[in-house]
Amino acid sequence: MDNRVRVLEVRNVTRRFGGLVAVNDMSFDVHEQEVMGLIGPNGSGKTTMMNLISGALRVSGGDIMMDDQLISDMPARHIARAGVARTFQLVRMLPTMTALENVMAGAVFGHKKLWGRALQVHAMRQLERVGMGTSAHLPTSALTYIDQKRVELARALAANPRIILLDEWLAGLNPTELRTGIELIADLRAEGRTIILVEHVMDAIRSLCDRCVVMNTGRKIAEGTPAEVLSDDEVIRAYLGDDDD
Amino acid sequence: MTRKEVIYAVLVLAAFAVLAFIPSLPNSAAVLSLVIPITMYTVLATSWALFSGPTHYISLATAAFYGVGAYMMAPALEVMPYWMVLPIAALSGALLAALVGAMTLRLSGVYFVIFTLGLAEMVRQVITWYQNNFAGTRGNYVFVDINDAQIYWQLLALALLVYLVGWLINRSRLGFAIRIIGNDELVARHSGINTARAKILLFMVSGAFAAVVGAVMTPRFVYIEPAMAFNPEVSFLVVIMALLGGVHRLWGPLVGAIPFALTWEVIASNFPAQTVLLMGIAFLLVVYYIPSGVAGIMEKVYFRARQQRREVSHG
Amino acid sequence: MQILITGILLGGVYAIVAMGLSLQYGVARIMNLASGEMLVAGAFAAFWVVMAHSFSPYVALLWVVPGAFVFNWLIYRYLLLPLVRRAKSRGQLEVDSILVTFGLSFALVGIFLMVFGGSFFNYSYLSRPVEFMGSRYGLNRVVAFWIAVAICAALWYWIHYTRSGMAIRAVSVDPVSAGLVAIDVPRMSTFAFALGGAVAASGGVLLSTFLTFDASVGIVFTMKALIIVIMGGVGDMRGAIVAALVLGMTETVVARLVDPGLTLASAYLLFVLVLLFRPQGLFGRSTT
Repeated sequence: MDNRVRVLEVRNVTRRFGGLVAVNDMSFDVHEQEVMGLIGPNGSGKTTMMNLISGALRVSGGDIMMDDQLISDMPARHIARAGVARTFQLVRMLPTMTALENVMAGAVFGHKKLWGRALQVHAMRQLERVGMGTSAHLPTSALTYIDQKRVELARALAANPRIILLDEWLAGLNPTELRTGIELIADLRAEGRTIILVEHVMDAIRSLCDRCVVMNTGRKIAEGTPAEVLSDDEVIRAYLGDDDD
Repeated sequence: MTRKEVIYAVLVLAAFAVLAFIPSLPNSAAVLSLVIPITMYTVLATSWALFSGPTHYISLATAAFYGVGAYMMAPALEVMPYWMVLPIAALSGALLAALVGAMTLRLSGVYFVIFTLGLAEMVRQVITWYQNNFAGTRGNYVFVDINDAQIYWQLLALALLVYLVGWLINRSRLGFAIRIIGNDELVARHSGINTARAKILLFMVSGAFAAVVGAVMTPRFVYIEPAMAFNPEVSFLVVIMALLGGVHRLWGPLVGAIPFALTWEVIASNFPAQTVLLMGIAFLLVVYYIPSGVAGIMEKVYFRARQQRREVSHG
Repeated sequence: MQILITGILLGGVYAIVAMGLSLQYGVARIMNLASGEMLVAGAFAAFWVVMAHSFSPYVALLWVVPGAFVFNWLIYRYLLLPLVRRAKSRGQLEVDSILVTFGLSFALVGIFLMVFGGSFFNYSYLSRPVEFMGSRYGLNRVVAFWIAVAICAALWYWIHYTRSGMAIRAVSVDPVSAGLVAIDVPRMSTFAFALGGAVAASGGVLLSTFLTFDASVGIVFTMKALIIVIMGGVGDMRGAIVAALVLGMTETVVARLVDPGLTLASAYLLFVLVLLFRPQGLFGRSTT
């Protein structure tokens, strides 16, 4: 497993909100072309961890490296330009813009810098890829929640990112949509992208993830293949046991 | 440019060409005293909306920029010709905007509003203090030979310029970045946008225009003192006209400025004691009953009509 | 030393002005740009009481407080609550309430101009000196300071030690959760807004005993109150009191040593320092 190239390195990262330690001394690596699942019960700090990687929040301690760059020091826009794209746990659309414009927003200022006709074509291709080509010129307020999620993924893809952070992107999909979604993520990996996903859908975790890191109350409690971590005693206790919050 | 844009451009240029002949009308003095404030407020409100429209950061400081431009004219004229003062006024306005922006636009919008609220008053205090202690005078005489027609032509040129700049910004990356920021600043940052820089740049454009307008208007007065240059009513009227017209279209503030400036002339001459009160009430009415502005209403009506037409042709 | 104490005396009065605004912004979530006009209204009321009836200006408190309370209650209920209901987001409410209170401030200035005209107002009340540690201070300032302290203490007690005060604190921390534990949030917000207006107006009565007023001076006090609230940290009473004293002293120092015409500029100076170094407030925890 470790013969692959390490893209992201999280070292002893801690994040405090006042007295609450949301992420406590987390360390893990993510390798190139890997799908890594970040799982754990609600409130265990997964979304905070994603926010720290993407630069939405600053670390209180520890370092995050992407290749040889220390990204935990950078503002979010520089991390985006370095090739990290994300979706949000609760979809964040640009409500006064069309679906196409939403996707274009991802490809102008970041890792990819397109403009004019090239931008339009590129954005359109991303929309088609997530199956939203026919809705390109609709205002996003006219889209269903699931379609908004797809547009959001297209926006992330438009930046041509090396690392994609998906925060519960598969939640709420019906079985057919889920299958399409899983295939899509598998395709992204096949293209050479690295994917970190926070997810509760066990089917998706089992079929997609090469490796999982399990968090509980801000700490890493297990790491390994999905089969390994899901049979781990401490993990089972965290999800089902009596010290669950 | 698309064909539609070319047609618009020709129409706008034609309209400006026609407007440029107003000073040669008979009885032009009376007409000019009406169209000068209208044109002035059109430029101010449009440049205000360039920034405050898409970002939702309400600037209450137009009077500060206007005042800086107006007030520097008299001393500047002693050392340089009139035409050189205008670009320097623009630069000063942009510089002041950059300072205010650098301090507040990295933080939430509330800080910005508060900072702009008292800015004109603060600058006025500082200038008054400086003049009392170091210059020995309260105000300045403005010695320059520029008549109302020339002022009007300059304002007209500024109006054309503000539309050109606004149009260019709207189709630029900066304009796109600002739209994204106005929608969701977090998404903007995660898309790689330097949000503070984009906001500051646009605010500088807006401030530069207000300062030049102030400078252009100054020759109308023989004598200018701080209280005249930094008049808070300017900030207030600009916001109300822009809101009345609508801030989401470049032409929005225009449809607010024309009726409001006209009404204003009537009110100011008939109810001099109640003007401020009426101004406040008019403002409240606009915020409550026309939140998207006249432009917003016109677009809604237009879309509804088009939709009905479409339904008819499909049905 | 004398400058320091004069500054503290002034800061004490500023503290209640800021506290009025803080109640309105921290609890009712309305950034009230017409707060200074409430204060000016209080000042005019005191002026009227002194001139027309030659009573003590503090008699005016008897009807300024209930009057301002009712007036602000009505403003919140009929002007601002519709905005709260119409707003789709916190940002929208912020923009709308800023615009409305900005418009309101002009309307109030218009009323003052109509009723009282545009000239300056002051009256003489207790303007004899008292000696303290070898220096002389205006008795009017000292009295105003102690009344301000009394009002502050009453507010402090109410917010920290009573049941309704606790409900107010709950709303200021999280209106949604406060609603879930059966606190009537709109009612509490209305009450806080009305009380805030009353406190600001009583601040105007106090200030009028030693400052000169005119119809359009309200914006200066709005600015000062806003700067104090931000410097102290939104919703932080202790911070607001400290910030008010800091502002009072800075102003006094600038007025004595540089120029009395620069009070707003000195407030801005503090504001800039806060923005650059502690935008979360003096005692606020850093969130970024």
